[in-house]
Amino acid sequence: MEKIKEFFRTFLLVELLKGMALTGRYMFARKITVQFPDEKTPQGYRFRGLHAQRRYPNGEERCIGCKLCEAVCPALAIKIEVAEREDGTRRTTQYDIDLTKCIFCGFCEESCPVDAIVETRIFEYHGENRGDLYYTKPMLLAVGEKHEAQIAKDRASDAKYR
Amino acid sequence: MINIEIDGKLVETERGSTVMDAAHKAGVYIPHFCYHKKLSIAANCRMCLVEVEKAPKPLPACATPAADGMKVYTHSEMAVKAQKGVMEFLLINHPLDCPICDQGGECQLQDLAMGYGGGASRYAEEKRMVSPKEIGELISTVEMSRCIQCTRCVRFGQEIAGQMELGMANRSEYAEIVSFVNSAVESELSGNMIDLCPVGALTSKPFRYTARNWELSRRKSVSPHDGLGASLAVHVKDNKVLRVVPVENEAINECWISDKDRFSYEGLNSPDRLTRPMIKQNNQWIEVEWSAALEYVANGLRQITSGAGADNIAALATPHSTLEELYLLQKLVRAMGSDNVDFRLRQSDFSLVTQGTPWLGMPIAELNSCDRFLIVGSFLRKDQPLIAQRIRQAVKLGAQANVVHAADDDLLMPVANKAIVAPSKMADMLAQILKALVMHKEAAMPPELLEVAVGDAAKAIAESLATGERSAVLLGNLAQQHTEASLLASLANQIAELSGAKFGFLAEAANSVGGHMARAVPESGMNAMQMLEKPRKAYLLLNVEPELDMHNPDLAISAMKQADMVVAMSAYKHNAIEYADVLLPIAPFTETSGTFVNNEGTVQSFKGAVKPLGDARPAWKVLRVLGNLLDIPGFDYDSSEAIRDEALSTSNKPGNRIDGISYKKNQTGAVLERVTDVPIYFADALVRRADALQKTPDAAMPSARMHKDEMQRLGLNPGDEVRVAQGSASARLKVKRDDRLPLGVVRISAAHPATAGLGPMFGEISLERA
Repeated sequence: MEKIKEFFRTFLLVELLKGMALTGRYMFARKITVQFPDEKTPQGYRFRGLHAQRRYPNGEERCIGCKLCEAVCPALAIKIEVAEREDGTRRTTQYDIDLTKCIFCGFCEESCPVDAIVETRIFEYHGENRGDLYYTKPMLLAVGEKHEAQIAKDRASDAKYR
Repeated sequence: MINIEIDGKLVETERGSTVMDAAHKAGVYIPHFCYHKKLSIAANCRMCLVEVEKAPKPLPACATPAADGMKVYTHSEMAVKAQKGVMEFLLINHPLDCPICDQGGECQLQDLAMGYGGGASRYAEEKRMVSPKEIGELISTVEMSRCIQCTRCVRFGQEIAGQMELGMANRSEYAEIVSFVNSAVESELSGNMIDLCPVGALTSKPFRYTARNWELSRRKSVSPHDGLGASLAVHVKDNKVLRVVPVENEAINECWISDKDRFSYEGLNSPDRLTRPMIKQNNQWIEVEWSAALEYVANGLRQITSGAGADNIAALATPHSTLEELYLLQKLVRAMGSDNVDFRLRQSDFSLVTQGTPWLGMPIAELNSCDRFLIVGSFLRKDQPLIAQRIRQAVKLGAQANVVHAADDDLLMPVANKAIVAPSKMADMLAQILKALVMHKEAAMPPELLEVAVGDAAKAIAESLATGERSAVLLGNLAQQHTEASLLASLANQIAELSGAKFGFLAEAANSVGGHMARAVPESGMNAMQMLEKPRKAYLLLNVEPELDMHNPDLAISAMKQADMVVAMSAYKHNAIEYADVLLPIAPFTETSGTFVNNEGTVQSFKGAVKPLGDARPAWKVLRVLGNLLDIPGFDYDSSEAIRDEALSTSNKPGNRIDGISYKKNQTGAVLERVTDVPIYFADALVRRADALQKTPDAAMPSARMHKDEMQRLGLNPGDEVRVAQGSASARLKVKRDDRLPLGVVRISAAHPATAGLGPMFGEISLERA
């Protein structure tokens, strides 16, 4: 009895039709493929992309060199050197993130007591040489300056959950 | 003994001890800030509140005496509520600046806030601000707002350092820790306040913002400075020493270290460091490879040995060198056929023969239990900061300190009797004390003492020593460097024997005892003084800066300039560039393994904490290769431990017994004689290059200090510039009034470039207005 059922199922291409039906359903369904550079997927305000260093509205850099991000970084991608600035405040003299090591876990952002190091929505950065992905303090600050409006908006959206 | 129950654990504790002590015994931790086992109890932080059965309120564990049958709960509802409440109060005014605080990560407040505090504060008002105070070059008080008023620093000053330099001013909201108006904290132990501060209010100024504590590797070491040999933890990051803190060692340094031990590390990173071997050719210094430099030295030594004779080779080392270095140096020199090796650079009288290696004569910790002291010729506080601290504790418990010295420097403790006399009269003073003691004991009077006239001071000192049960007679640096050192030692030894006291030498440097054990002293050859008086053809200098480290800088320099070859093994590019022919960069104590033998004869080995800077190499390796190049057998050591074991197997055992040298009255008719101290922050090459220490008042420019009557006699006023001369050697100095000196003396510090042109540390000196 089983054998006969099996014979008809194969002979009448039932499986093929089932498969085609699925294909057909998707043919008429709403498309989710994005045509990347022309189109982009929506991003949440907690998106963890390229890092940025922020400044206060008065232009003062936020980072106080507490090295918590360096300590928490599981990939050991952050390197910080600190010294006392002329005005007596604690500031970094070196703040480097090796993006080839970074695993974008967001711990640095989470550990930062002054919201200085943040991860932005940028993910389409590149480098032609390996060294291009070694971001230094001026580069990080430049990213921050360029995208401050978006960064600030994202922090504000997230604030109520922190 | 009484029984007490803490959290259900039964412990037996001594009557009179506190609940805190009992909890410590039971292994129960009670959180605390103001309590410290070495300080008096203040009970002002209230963090240690615990519940005691039948007590209506929580009680502070640190100030509650344990009673028999007492039941204590440290985790009960009442105790936890009290601890939470106290923590909330403490955090009301404490700034939330942990991320930039140097204490962050090793902060008691931070730890206890995590363990015992609540999650959030109910306090939303403004926090209190305390203005920063300027208290010197070593301690930073920029963030005084972090202070929680535990008063540990105040109590440390009063009780341990002996001078109250910080205090609590005002009340309640306005209470703050201040120093006296316009004065800095100048104690030689001040750095300990940084360790004691449970928060980040007092932090180290040189260390400020250089690293977070979790980045540092901690490596054990031993202090290379004074004779104590304090246990240190060297904190290292990226192969660089960033700070030094004490390691608790009850037998030696308790939990303290002196500022010299703590801040001298700055000298390790000094720009003065020598990093490449250098040879002088045609008056030009050129950097060469190690092999070339050592070959050059070996050839030079060979030529001198075969030409002028091995006796023309002289080796000088500082007592700050390790046991291994000193042992190899003497082995090398002796194998070449010379016996001219010495490390007692600041001594001038070498006729003293002790039965063994001169040492403290007792364990360091025993000083605390002595009840009578006779301290002869010691700038105790500056030369032996922590031994002074131990004697201070003994005096506090009722001991009597008696002093025979050439300067009445404040010891910051009550001194029972003191005899402040010119150096040439010190032997006479000891003879007087001895005679008074002989009379007191009704012993047989030695004939040479018959003529001695006993003064009141000597009588009082003899009386004090005679009534003691556990006395100690200690010879300080000045007594050992004195031109009559052997006579002073012999008299002091006789005084000690007669009064039943322990007799000891306070070692000048970290390895003064070790130097004798390594046999780095001449047996038949020349001592440090003779090597300069009869200039040699070749000098091997190990760590030595002759114009700063030797008894007679003027003589030292002229001997160096006359030599055919001077090999300077040093960690620093010092003045040797003027007279040396070869500079060999050797590693300071953090970069080599080695051994120091301290005052009490404890052999303390340590390992290198960092890699040697540049091409510098441990001196024991340099000497080993030099031995190999000279084809000397027995120079194939694999490790410093092998050298140490060999050195110790042949060493002189400690022993202070002296065969009597009979007293002869000093006949010098000097009108004005020199008293010399070695300032605490110039005593060795490392501290001389420690920036922060060099900015303290202890490192001030040397001056010609004298009593006001002496100044009047000479017609001088404070601030006058004078030319001081010892024979042909002279220096220009400013006159300073110091009424703590006896008449007939001028006190001039040694070991400073400004006085490096002068002659011997003692003896006649003349002054004229410049």
